[in-house]
Amino acid sequence: MPEPADRGEQWLDESVITALYPAEVVTKALVRDVQLPYGAGTMALITLDNGHDYTRPNTFGPVSLIALRHALQEVAVRSDIAAVGLTGKPFIFATGADLAVAKLIESRDQALAVGRLGHDVFRRLGELGMPSFAFVNGAALGGGLELALHCSYRTISSDVTAVAFPECLLGLVPGWGGTYLLPRLIGPAQALKVIVENPLSQNRMLRASEAHALGIADAIFDPADFLAESLRWAARVLTAEVTVTRAAVEENWDQAVGMARFLTDGKLHGAAPAPYRAIELVAAARGSSREEAFTAEDEALADLLLSDEMDAALYAFDLTQKRARKAVGAPDGSLARPVTKVGVVGAGLMAAQIALLFARRLEVPVVLTDLDQTRLDAGVGHVHGEIAKLAARGRIAPDAAARLTGLVTGSLTKDAFADADFVIEAVFEEMGVKQRVFAEVEAAVRPDCVLATNTSSLSVTEMAAELAHPERVVGFHFFNPVAMMPLIEVARAAGTDEASIATALAVGKALKKNCVLVKDSPAFVVNRLLTRFLGEVIGCVDEGTPFDVAEHATDPLGLPMPPFLLLQLVGPAVALHVAETLHAAYPDRFATSPKLRALVESGHTAIYGPDFKVDEAVAALLEGGDHPSTAEQVRERALEALAEEIALMLEEAVVAAPEDIDLCMILGAGWPFHLGGITPYLDRTGIAEKVTGASFRP
Amino acid sequence: MPRTARDVVFVDGVRTPFGKAGPNGLYAETRADDMIVSVIRELVRRNPALSPERLGEVAIAATTQTGDQGLTIGRSAAVLAGLPRSVPGYAIDRMCAGAMTAVTTASGSIALGATDAAIAGGVEHMGHHPMGSAVDPNPRFLSERLVDPSALVMGSTAENLHDRFPAITRARADAYALASQRKVAAAYAAGRIQPDLVPVAVRSAERGWGLATADEPPRPDTTIKALAALKTPFRPHGRVTAGNSAGLNDGATGCLIAAQDVAAELGLDARMRLVDFGFAGVDPEVMGIGPVPATETVLARNDLTMDDIGLIEINEAFAVQVLAFLDHFKIDDDDPRVNPWGGAIALGHPLASSGVRLMIQLAREFAEHPDVRYGLTTMCVGLGMGGTVLWENLNA
Repeated sequence: MPEPADRGEQWLDESVITALYPAEVVTKALVRDVQLPYGAGTMALITLDNGHDYTRPNTFGPVSLIALRHALQEVAVRSDIAAVGLTGKPFIFATGADLAVAKLIESRDQALAVGRLGHDVFRRLGELGMPSFAFVNGAALGGGLELALHCSYRTISSDVTAVAFPECLLGLVPGWGGTYLLPRLIGPAQALKVIVENPLSQNRMLRASEAHALGIADAIFDPADFLAESLRWAARVLTAEVTVTRAAVEENWDQAVGMARFLTDGKLHGAAPAPYRAIELVAAARGSSREEAFTAEDEALADLLLSDEMDAALYAFDLTQKRARKAVGAPDGSLARPVTKVGVVGAGLMAAQIALLFARRLEVPVVLTDLDQTRLDAGVGHVHGEIAKLAARGRIAPDAAARLTGLVTGSLTKDAFADADFVIEAVFEEMGVKQRVFAEVEAAVRPDCVLATNTSSLSVTEMAAELAHPERVVGFHFFNPVAMMPLIEVARAAGTDEASIATALAVGKALKKNCVLVKDSPAFVVNRLLTRFLGEVIGCVDEGTPFDVAEHATDPLGLPMPPFLLLQLVGPAVALHVAETLHAAYPDRFATSPKLRALVESGHTAIYGPDFKVDEAVAALLEGGDHPSTAEQVRERALEALAEEIALMLEEAVVAAPEDIDLCMILGAGWPFHLGGITPYLDRTGIAEKVTGASFRP
Repeated sequence: MPRTARDVVFVDGVRTPFGKAGPNGLYAETRADDMIVSVIRELVRRNPALSPERLGEVAIAATTQTGDQGLTIGRSAAVLAGLPRSVPGYAIDRMCAGAMTAVTTASGSIALGATDAAIAGGVEHMGHHPMGSAVDPNPRFLSERLVDPSALVMGSTAENLHDRFPAITRARADAYALASQRKVAAAYAAGRIQPDLVPVAVRSAERGWGLATADEPPRPDTTIKALAALKTPFRPHGRVTAGNSAGLNDGATGCLIAAQDVAAELGLDARMRLVDFGFAGVDPEVMGIGPVPATETVLARNDLTMDDIGLIEINEAFAVQVLAFLDHFKIDDDDPRVNPWGGAIALGHPLASSGVRLMIQLAREFAEHPDVRYGLTTMCVGLGMGGTVLWENLNA
């Protein structure tokens, strides 16, 4: 193939591009000839390898792209090879663009160049004049997956668990060919699922078997001899012994696109541009030529790379990848004491969830206590039942289930805690009850046993006040459902010592949760902000704002759910209780809503029925008032309240920095990447400045 | 209770291409256990008539059983290969005759009726496990003069053999070596070696992934002049050179053996029948003579003479040791019955794996010569041993 100079590549000055990002970890494209079996000839096999282990995956910055470009130029002119192959380093195929580049982009021309360079390099794999094969031996994300899609054929190793386009989550689109190639390969409906729906669903990724079933991979082989068998398969394809058949793509594109728009609207209400842009590109892929489609992708990338939402998303992604790993302000980890046995006070649902998590992750004995035999049996029985369910679903082996079941026991008395290293209470949210529980536990345990409370709003310091050893009391606040939500707020009370904090953080890490260290203060971070936010919305309803107006006022933010649905999830009674606690602490800012109280007193626990319609009786309780607000006013009020509350929390040093506020909201409340948690949004909309006089972050 | 021994047949054998040991070798960055896993998986793939559950043993030899050849390599390779957990395995060692011993030991178990079918083979990554590394010979060997110091250096034992048989000159050894190279080249050209090679993906951090599809050691272009110019590293003015010896190599081999009735029941293609085998001990200083007594014993026990043997696969650790065997049995240096497709001098000798390579080639040669009834695989073994397996051709 001649050099594709006709594509107007004069823009591509390699020396300029490579100078942009001197710190790039370069993914090399190592070309090695392999003799294919069955007389299929020679394949030029390109290995992508950045010289690091799997913890630093292969990514593509400008120098890496140009390295691959050179490799592909070199093989394209050879007449002695039958095919080109592409594979990765152990455990990693490639995980896409080097995101650091996105942060360096300052102009639209530069942004456009990113898209064009990627296209220029990747598309060569489909335009070599000979077949190309991707052997997906490990994680293939974003641009890594696109690279595979540009090849004529793909095999995948059956142990691969990460095949995905996370771009839409990060404020981008798969703009190096993904939105054009994937729908034409597997149909628009499935492509939109992979490109749009999955990244917006906790960044869901495909396993090898799923990628194969969808038709993303043509063949799947065991990891033991994946590459050798892939090369054999490739040889059979080349000798026509194997014919690759792909399902014809003749679905109803309009319907698939319409469905994707509907689902995205349901989640985002237009709050983030990237998924919509991706849907548009997929919609256009049906009738576009490669040129048109790739140019449209370039334009989309250029727009999105300069968008506030991408900035916020990369900031949020970075928080979850780095700041979430080690709590800021954490004491020296070597101070942590080993935890070989855990006590859980209470045998309710929350306690049972906590007990199961401790048993699964720490694999140490976990004793539940309750004063009531029936409740205790129910609690332990619930944990054992959950373990049995995990085993039945094949999530854990029978022997592991037997081990876990044996680890979780119950006791009516607290003597069972005598040799425990960590006891957590999850009893009724009432100070007197919690203080009594801790006093009883203290009588049974060693002086260095950490006492943790799962309280969501009560003062940890007060809880510890009467104890002989208040220094070992920490707040350890889980979010519901315990197994799913990644955040623990670890609260340092006035007298908590460093060793207890270090132990709590080590336990949190062993539980595979992300800990944020917070000062003991009412409702810590997530509940305080959600309560303030909800309080303003409900306050508007109290004043006469119609339910529908208030409920949908925050839609344009693209939060995971509207305010009253969140209220239902939390439980109106719990929400009221937290609101009351906060009202007691900060009466000026946290009101207790009469309508919420009426709702709780009415005994209704749900606002929406199973049919997603508002319960009429509840609707009636929420009526009344004579100062209605518009949706815009409701939203503005709620956001300004958030800005005010965050500024106060930072002033009170509840957390170390705005980044921790955002991390808490992302991990504990599921607030979206496109808002960056919340402070980037408050900054970029000017709300922070208006309310507090300054931006939260520079 | 009286019982009848069952006949054991060789069904199929495969091996990795052999590589040169060392930092620049084909397998420098490939694990030994991964190599034997490739072999086991290929055997299973090639013999779909055998459900893997029927395998009663995975017997894998390695001379050095540490590192990537440790962890009871037969069992760990079985697990890594994805065989059913119910299939047991073990590691076995008789130095160069490891894989041969894996076959004879597993065959004994099959003959006894304790096992229906087995995978037997060997692996040696001499790049990762250089000869003699991590061994700690008992000082008594030397203090009590149990062996001569030369007994532990294989090249020196080969020089010792030249001393014992002055008729075996350096020139004869070099000529034999050249013939081995030529025969391997011819066999490759005729496509006789390749069908039993399993391609192995090999990674190099510097060069990327590659695929091992052919033996790396052969030097088809070597000449008698080039061979004559080589140094004699084991003795000044000696006779043993890198050219008339097998090299230091990496490789793995394996075969599927089964009771003859089980093979028939499953429809497996039995290619040769194990008639008998024998191992013999000799002076460690001249370990290369080992195949002579081992073979004599086996022939005598079966009322056969060398005239009855139509094909001989003898391992070429050293040309001198092959020539000593041939002289003993009055066989010409260029007798077409002997290593017709060449031997270890050209192909390489990854110690514990070589025994099954001999069987793989014998089985193929039997198929080309249905008129031949009996064949031998035989080899010398370090510390003064020899092993011989007598096979009957089932292609008639």
